[in-house]
Amino acid sequence: MAKVVVVTSGKGGVGKTTSTAAIGAALAQTGAKVVVVDFDVGLRNLDLVMGAERRVVFDLINVIQGDARLHQALIRDKRLENLSILPASQTRDKDALTTDGVAKVIAELREKFDWVLCDSPAGIERGPAMAMHHADIAIVVTNPEVSSVRDSDRIIGLLDSKTERAQRGERVEKHLLLTRYDPARAARGDMLKVEDVLEILSIPLLGIIPESQEVLKASNVGVPVTLNNPETAPARAYQDAVRRLLGEKLEIVIPQERRSFVDRLFGRRVA
Amino acid sequence: MAFVVLPEAPLGPWLAVLRGQIDKAPGFFNARPVIVDFAHLSPGTEGVATLLTDIEALGITVIDVENIGEIPCAAPFRRHLLGGRPTGAVEIKPTVRPTPEAAGAAADAPAAGSLPVEPGATPGLIVEDHVRSGQSVLFPKGDVTVLGSVSSGAEILAGGSIHIYGALRGRALAGAQGFARARIFCRKLEAELVSIDGFYMTAEDMPAEMRGAAVQISLEGGRITIAHQR
Ligand SMILES: Nc1ncnc2c1ncn2[C@@H]1O[C@H](COP(=O)(O)OP(=O)(O)O)[C@@H](O)[C@H]1O
Ligand SMILES: [Mg+2]
Repeated sequence: MAKVVVVTSGKGGVGKTTSTAAIGAALAQTGAKVVVVDFDVGLRNLDLVMGAERRVVFDLINVIQGDARLHQALIRDKRLENLSILPASQTRDKDALTTDGVAKVIAELREKFDWVLCDSPAGIERGPAMAMHHADIAIVVTNPEVSSVRDSDRIIGLLDSKTERAQRGERVEKHLLLTRYDPARAARGDMLKVEDVLEILSIPLLGIIPESQEVLKASNVGVPVTLNNPETAPARAYQDAVRRLLGEKLEIVIPQERRSFVDRLFGRRVA
Repeated sequence: MAFVVLPEAPLGPWLAVLRGQIDKAPGFFNARPVIVDFAHLSPGTEGVATLLTDIEALGITVIDVENIGEIPCAAPFRRHLLGGRPTGAVEIKPTVRPTPEAAGAAADAPAAGSLPVEPGATPGLIVEDHVRSGQSVLFPKGDVTVLGSVSSGAEILAGGSIHIYGALRGRALAGAQGFARARIFCRKLEAELVSIDGFYMTAEDMPAEMRGAAVQISLEGGRITIAHQR
């Protein structure tokens, strides 16, 4: 049975698109058939992060409006043949996302793929509502800061009341992905503590992705961070998150500030 | 939470529009205190002297005025702000009903009037889950019990008392239709605002030693009082 996953947050710039690409690629590496769908109509981004921007012909809106068939709009990833992307339109209005149109596309994607990952736009309006509507699972992307946590809380409320599952009296399975976690700032007390975020949002934690230059490097070359350099800290964190998503019980380690040899020596002397 | 209304001249038509809105959604203002902002009015505006009485005649409870300046308008409201500071404008939030049970309850809320029955006999509303930011639970009939937490940016409005088994981080308004014996209970006080019978207290005025504590909140001689749970 195909699973529809929405990657959502309320707030912009927290790492939804980065996470959709990284998780999509890591899932595809397990052999599953995966499609990542960009719902950010007008601010399409996912194609860039996936390095597919020069191959976009048709997009989600074209399919919804009947101007193109689904298979014409799907772009196959160059590195993983079981990974596809359905790009958003950069020119159309988000009102073109009709309820019926989205429902039809999602139903068709469910037949073709094992995982359908929907990259949600920011906000709480029509775009995010459409992206979450058909979800079985939600990955709520949150940064450890007050405004992001509050927006995520709001999104969780919508997941529990406005989605198709909620309207059927069922639940959307919800996971928290804490991203852009900066161990140095955490050590200084400049960020919310992991346990405080968990207490407020009270949904299970899928993983903690550290703030890292590797993410920028990967997106600049148009490769999901999990493929670009699988050994880096953020790539490993995303791989672990995917294993948890698949049901593995893996302990979560809060990223620590990596200190130089001299720092550690000094630290020990003082202690 | 409290609405801020901004009357505009001419006041006759403005009041007519307000009356029309109340007819369309009876009970909407009923449970909510209103703050009247005089910013768009001047001492010479026709009908300004009786504005507050006219608004209250529509069945709305006025709890405070803002920007009244030199405008000669008697304030008929009996309630007052703690510490005498005016509140800021308050956002009007959409009503989201977190549980089917709550949806039913809100739909058959009484259209007008005060708490219909003695508290012991009032129906209660139980919310099984967390109340998330942006959601509000309105239950003018009686007590509300929340098994989870109430998030920052969420609100509970009850005709009776409010019982929260988790943390209260948002707003809780008990006794909202004029029931001074209502109380608010929570396991962890991190509230933005609490109110009983129209009297309210914002986070800033809450005693520091009560933050994070399990508390009960009551109205004692017109003052919001916060005590540790026994
Ligand atoms: N873990 C991370 N470390 C460093 N930068 C990150 C990380 N995650 C995301 N970013 C950067 O933050 C910006 C916003 O990320 P993006 O995924 O586009 O967010 P959203 O889709 O939520 O708006 C991008 O420039 C991205 O490269
Ligand atoms: Mg994005």
